[in-house]
Amino acid sequence: MSSGSNKPERYYNYAYLDEQTKRMIRRAILKALAIPGYQVPFGSREMPVPYGWGTGGIQLTAAIIGPSDVYKCIDQGADDTTNAVSIRRFFAQVADVAVTEDTGEATIIQTRHRIPEKPLKEGQVLVFQVPQPEPLRGLEPRETETRAMHAYEEYGLQYVSLYESVAAYGRIASTVGYPTMIEERYLMSPSPIPKFDNPKMGDNEAILLFGAGREKRIYAVPPYTRVRSLDFEDYPFETQTWEENCALCGAEGSYLDEVILDDAGERMFVCSDSHFCAERRAAGHVGSMADHALAHLEDDQPAVEPA
Amino acid sequence: MNAIPQVMAGGAIQAAPLLRVEGLTKSYGHVVGCRDVSFEIRPGEVLGIVGESGSGKTTVLNCISGRLPPSSGRIEFDTSRFGLSDIYGLSEPDRRRMQREEWGFVHQNPRDGLRMRASGGANVAEPLMNLGNRHYGKMRQATIEWLERVELDTRRIDDKPRHFSGGMQQRIQVARNLIHGPRLVFMDEPTGGLDVSVQARLLDLLRELVRDLGLAVIIVTHDMAVARLMADRLMVMKGGHVVETGLTDQVLDDPQHPYSQLLVSSVLQI
Repeated sequence: MSSGSNKPERYYNYAYLDEQTKRMIRRAILKALAIPGYQVPFGSREMPVPYGWGTGGIQLTAAIIGPSDVYKCIDQGADDTTNAVSIRRFFAQVADVAVTEDTGEATIIQTRHRIPEKPLKEGQVLVFQVPQPEPLRGLEPRETETRAMHAYEEYGLQYVSLYESVAAYGRIASTVGYPTMIEERYLMSPSPIPKFDNPKMGDNEAILLFGAGREKRIYAVPPYTRVRSLDFEDYPFETQTWEENCALCGAEGSYLDEVILDDAGERMFVCSDSHFCAERRAAGHVGSMADHALAHLEDDQPAVEPA
Repeated sequence: MNAIPQVMAGGAIQAAPLLRVEGLTKSYGHVVGCRDVSFEIRPGEVLGIVGESGSGKTTVLNCISGRLPPSSGRIEFDTSRFGLSDIYGLSEPDRRRMQREEWGFVHQNPRDGLRMRASGGANVAEPLMNLGNRHYGKMRQATIEWLERVELDTRRIDDKPRHFSGGMQQRIQVARNLIHGPRLVFMDEPTGGLDVSVQARLLDLLRELVRDLGLAVIIVTHDMAVARLMADRLMVMKGGHVVETGLTDQVLDDPQHPYSQLLVSSVLQI
């Protein structure tokens, strides 16, 4: 990877997007930060990946990234999945940034589906890739109507989805994209993160930015903002829990993925946050299946290529 | 039949009007929807608007229910928060809140009035959630009570509206529009698309509910039988004008205007 953005052979502008587009996106970000939870429309650009692969998050990152940033990208909590590797490589190439898997070291973390287990700090930015920014869309198809509902704080309709869930399953069964109220004003869909991560959004020290490329919306949760997950008085909000601990690092209370090992019912539960799990194992924590063959695969193949 | 005799007896108005319409005119370009319509309705009163297709009934209903701004004229409603006020003079959030809290609207086609993706029970409970109710158990109980009141099988509470027959869908819509205790309900041909026996049962039910709850209702229909059964007072429209008003029995038994006479005599007798 060669650096030097002024070399004539560089094919793209720094961070891929042209400067005017980045300014436009930054203006949208500032507005989104000023009105927490409000969906700001922006002129989403055609990106070198299809809609649905994280174009909203990539545009947000491109607008805020600089050469001194340290970039981390996760998909389902893992640093080594195809999408995360590709997007990370993309920014290493077009933005000359250092990349990392270390949550604590990164200044910009782009994510889909998860908020890292390690608490974020001031100065960090978490960028979400959002497929559907409108929490009311499933119940009200008209954009004019949902905009009016946001403007006038008419959020009774959102409870219809919770009501249906309790009626069908006896509890609020929706697990991802669980609707939240931001500063008791705007209803916000937290993108497809599990509701396990909802409590982490409240009073977070980092900036949370949400970008929906296809739907052309940007919204944000600034640091130290109140975030409340909707619920009923008699069916309070609760997060997922597991009976098992992580099979590799033994962590309790982290978000676990179920991994099917064979066709005989053999399986293991492992942390979905791959860096969190690796760090714990390096510190000597051992889970019940720590000596399993799968546990050693990633040691040979680091996801971040040495620069 | 509470409000009418009072007005007739002394001439003194004993109940303040719930809705007052003055000089309502709506034109679509050079086509007249309705012209110079004025009337009042008091709490507990049922007003029928009858007339042929294209006579302006639905235009009037849409204007007075806050869904279609009139070209001229005033529509005043006795809101619980602001008193008697022009509904188009209220700010949009205030008007939407008033529509949500104090009105109901029963559409001819239940598909227009129900959320087809949500279950029947959720449809009935939604107005309660819109009013800020956040207790599932209480809302569930209220929903079951209302399904019983409109004579639906409460075991089917979680079925989607499309799994109900047309008459049942209309009952769900009625329950949805009455559960939050509105003071004024608009009905646009509520029995329009139903077969005759289902129509009769729904009418019976509506009449009972309206009497029990003391609702004020404005019902638009082209069916004289519906008007006879439901309405205390009738307004006959033709070509955008009101040609005759009066007590239902008076208008139907002794129509004065030639068009009213035609309308009454055109009802099929079996």
